Formats: sequence, C-alpha cells, structure tokens
Amino acid sequence: MKKLRTEVAVVGGGPAGLSAAAEAARAGAKVLLIDENKRLGGQLVKQIHKFFGSEAHHAGVRGYQIARRLLRDVEDAGVTVASNALAYGLFPEKELGVVWDGKHCQVSAERIVLAAGAKENYLAFPGSTLPGVMGAGAAQTMANINRVLPGRRIVMLGSGNVGLIVSYQLMQAGADVVAVVEGADHIGGYGVHAAKLRRAGVPFYLSHTVKRASGDGALARVEIVQVGKNWQSIPGTELTLEADTLCLAAGLNPMTELAWMAGCAFLYLPAFGGHVPAHDAKMETTVPGVYVAGDITGVEEASTAMEEGRMAGLSAAESLGYGAGAALDAERAAIQRRLDDLRAGERGAIRRESKARQTAAAADQRQGGGAT
Amino acid sequence: MTGIAYTGVPSAEELRACPGIPTPERRKKGRVAVIECVQEIPCNPCAAACPFHAISIPGEITALPRLDGELCTGCGRCVALCPGLAITLVDETYGEEEGAVDFPYEFLPLPAEGDTVDAVGRDGRTLCAARVVSVRRPEANDGTRVIRIAVPKRFLDDVKSIRRLARKEEEDAWTTK
Repeated sequence: MKKLRTEVAVVGGGPAGLSAAAEAARAGAKVLLIDENKRLGGQLVKQIHKFFGSEAHHAGVRGYQIARRLLRDVEDAGVTVASNALAYGLFPEKELGVVWDGKHCQVSAERIVLAAGAKENYLAFPGSTLPGVMGAGAAQTMANINRVLPGRRIVMLGSGNVGLIVSYQLMQAGADVVAVVEGADHIGGYGVHAAKLRRAGVPFYLSHTVKRASGDGALARVEIVQVGKNWQSIPGTELTLEADTLCLAAGLNPMTELAWMAGCAFLYLPAFGGHVPAHDAKMETTVPGVYVAGDITGVEEASTAMEEGRMAGLSAAESLGYGAGAALDAERAAIQRRLDDLRAGERGAIRRESKARQTAAAADQRQGGGAT
Repeated sequence: MTGIAYTGVPSAEELRACPGIPTPERRKKGRVAVIECVQEIPCNPCAAACPFHAISIPGEITALPRLDGELCTGCGRCVALCPGLAITLVDETYGEEEGAVDFPYEFLPLPAEGDTVDAVGRDGRTLCAARVVSVRRPEANDGTRVIRIAVPKRFLDDVKSIRRLARKEEEDAWTTK
C-alpha cells in the first residue's frame, strides 16, 4: 500500500478546498489536495451563470471561470493534486484512507482541512423512483457538463436558488419549465432569479408539493397538491402536469462523515442544512489540527466557501509555523470582514446567528463543556 | 400576497421604494438605466461596472443599488453585468410614437434586427409587438446579449423582455432521451 506524507491535506476540490490549498501552499506549507472527481472545481464547474457577491468574490464572473482561476492559483502555489481520489476515512493521528485511481493509499498529514461540500436532499413519494425523476444537481450536470438535455418538459420542486438557477439553465439548454413547485408560501431563492423565470413565462405554484409521479416506465405526469399551514395536503386541490422530468431541489445537507469520524463536536443548525461541526474563527474544529471550510460547515454560497477556505488554509499553515505576525492578522481580519459582509442584511440574519452559535459551541467545548 | 418574494414579480410598492429607478424628469432627457433590484442580497458588480459612478451601494454590500440619474449616460455597461439581469435601459426620446428598451437576453435562438417579436412584461405576459432594433454581444459582456427593441411609448414602463423564440428541431444539437 502506498503511503504518503504531507503537511496539510485538503479534502475536497471545490471553492473552499481550492482556496484553502492555495493559501496554505502560498504560505509555505507542503499541501496535498484530494478530490474524488477527475476534474477539480466542485460544483463551480457546472455553474454557467454570473455570480453574485462582491468584486472580491469574482462577482459578475461565471462560476466555471471562477473554478479555472482557483485551479490556476492552486497550480501556481505548488499544491500537489490528487484527483480521482476518494477520501473514505479519517483515522486517529490524522491518517486519511484514500482510494486514488483505484488504488488504496494512506495519507498522513500534520493538518487536515475538510472541505467536502454538501449533497442534495432526497424526497420520497409515489413514483419517485421512475426514470425522469432526479436531483436538480443531476439535471444541471447532464445539461452543462455532459451536454445532454434531461428532458423537454421540466417540473422543478423547490424554489431555492438551486431550483431557480437550474430551471433557468434548463431553459437556456432548450427545455420548457412547466412549473416551479414550492411547499412554502414564498419563493426561497433570490427574487431576481425568480423574476428571470417569470419574465420567461414560468408559472410558480407556492404552498404546493408533489403528491405523486406517474408514467409507463418513465415519468409522464406529475400530480401536485396544495398544502396548508402544517404542510398537510388539501384534498380537492390536486393538479396534474404533463412532464418528462421532475427535478428535486429540496435543499442540501453537509457532507460531514469525515468530521464525525475524526471525533469533532457537532451541533444541529437547521439554517445550515443539518448537523455541522463546531469551529472557531480560524476554522479549526474541536479536534486540534482538523479544520473545516465551505458547505461542510453549513450550506451557504461559493463566495463564503472561498473565504472560509482562505481562512482555514492560512490558519493551518500558521499552526505549522508558516506565516505569522501583523500581516497575517490583517489578512485574517480582512477575510472575516468579507465573511461578515456576505452574511449581512435581512437575508443573512439567520446565517449570522447560526455561525455565532457554531463558534460559541467550539469555545464551550474547549473549556470542557459538552457539545450542544 | 404581492411582492417579489411571493410572485417573482416586484410589486408597484417595491418599485416605488426602489432607489435604482430614474425620475420621470431624467427619463424625459433620454436613455437611462432602470435598476429593478428590490431585495437586499449581497451583490455589487453593477456599482463597479459603471464607468460614470452613477450606481452606488451605500454601506453594506446588501444595500440596494442607488442610481444617480444625472450621472447615468445610458451606456448600458451595467445591463449585461448585473448577475440578476435586473437592469434595463429605457429611452423615451427614441421616436415620436416609440420608445426603446434594452435588456439582457440569454436564450437561443436570437432574433434578428428588424424582426417583429412579442414584448413581455415582468410576469411574462405579452404586452405588445416590438421591433428588434439591435442585438449586441460585446466581448466585455461575456456571452450575455443585449437586445434593443422599439415599442409604443405607453408600454415603455412595463416591457422587460421578449417571448422566448421557439427552437427549430432540425437545428437542435441536443441529445434527448
């Protein structure tokens, strides 16, 4: 079995992991970046829309182009990249079990940054296993990466930014979106994304959910129904939509398996998509030397993931003796300011509050208290 | 319930309170940006895009963009750079009977100059016929086309885009199941 040693191992090559790897390597650390895909960039590679955020987070630039820039940073910084490498376990003494190009290898690292991202929530209902029912992320991968249109007539369940953006992109690819269906009484994602769909003639069904999907061997019809305040179906309000594709965009949950294995303290934060590891302002978890960044710490945006990645990379390198003093403090303060900005405003309130609880939980744990 | 969070369409109230909308006096002077950004989200490329500093995001990045109509020249840099596609240009002085609207457009196929197309409002409903004046795709727009259409002046406040044109099957390069 191949054995590798590195100073910093970063798990996950999305916006958080790429940023962490580049910063740690730039500071002087020897960095190995591990990603299970053949192509790095995480979800950025299929984002063909221009991003929100500020100039500091490449706002106005399309997602896949941001991935290219981050990849260039990683290469320029001298990071060793292990793609097609699945990190399946994190064992005591910071040893990672990795299947790299089909071969098992063991990676010993002095510091670990977990940036594994998040996965789509699944929903079960009658007909949910029919061909044509899929995650919105899968439909986006088909259209934007594999260049295969998943279907002609799409129903999107979920009106968060993923549901809205994927709906729009499937229309750009030539499909018709016959409905966006949302259980809540309001649109979850940004109004501007919804407005693009409304201008293009897409109807929204709020306070509605999918009752059943049906078809002979493949999806042909989606039956939706109105829901009341307690999410119970209201009989008599059923409506049948003809569709060959039903995309599920019912939220994401953090991919925390490695953090659980490492023994990190967790807390449950619904606004962040479920159980998330407690961490301090430097992104270190309650297990010394194990850092986290991006959606694994709570589902947010690529922009926050990049900033958290930078923070984690700088901090991991610092703890190994790379970089110190006023310059590093100033850099970290700047990152924190940008993170605060990204969580500002009314829409950021719940994430501000959740992040505060997450850092407080890490502090409690270190003072000998238990995880909440 | 009304408002963008419930309908995907900004309400009359939200538009009245929106600091990105030019005054009627400014509109009478010619082409100007109309920024229908009514929800506080962390986003600021429009401010950086404006070469004339006519757009500002005061304070936090989530603040709504503010248009200074006197500084706006109607150049349209912001139209393609707004990731939310929330900015259009209106020109009340375009003609005697007609005004012009510039809007970002990211669907295929594209209309051609001189085509007659359906002009749609914020809710996608057809408001009137429109004549395509120009279809521009400067490199700086990074793929986003900006289309200018001429419409009867009475629809100028509400026209926001055009109805998506049908794809011809034989031109379709996509594989489907």
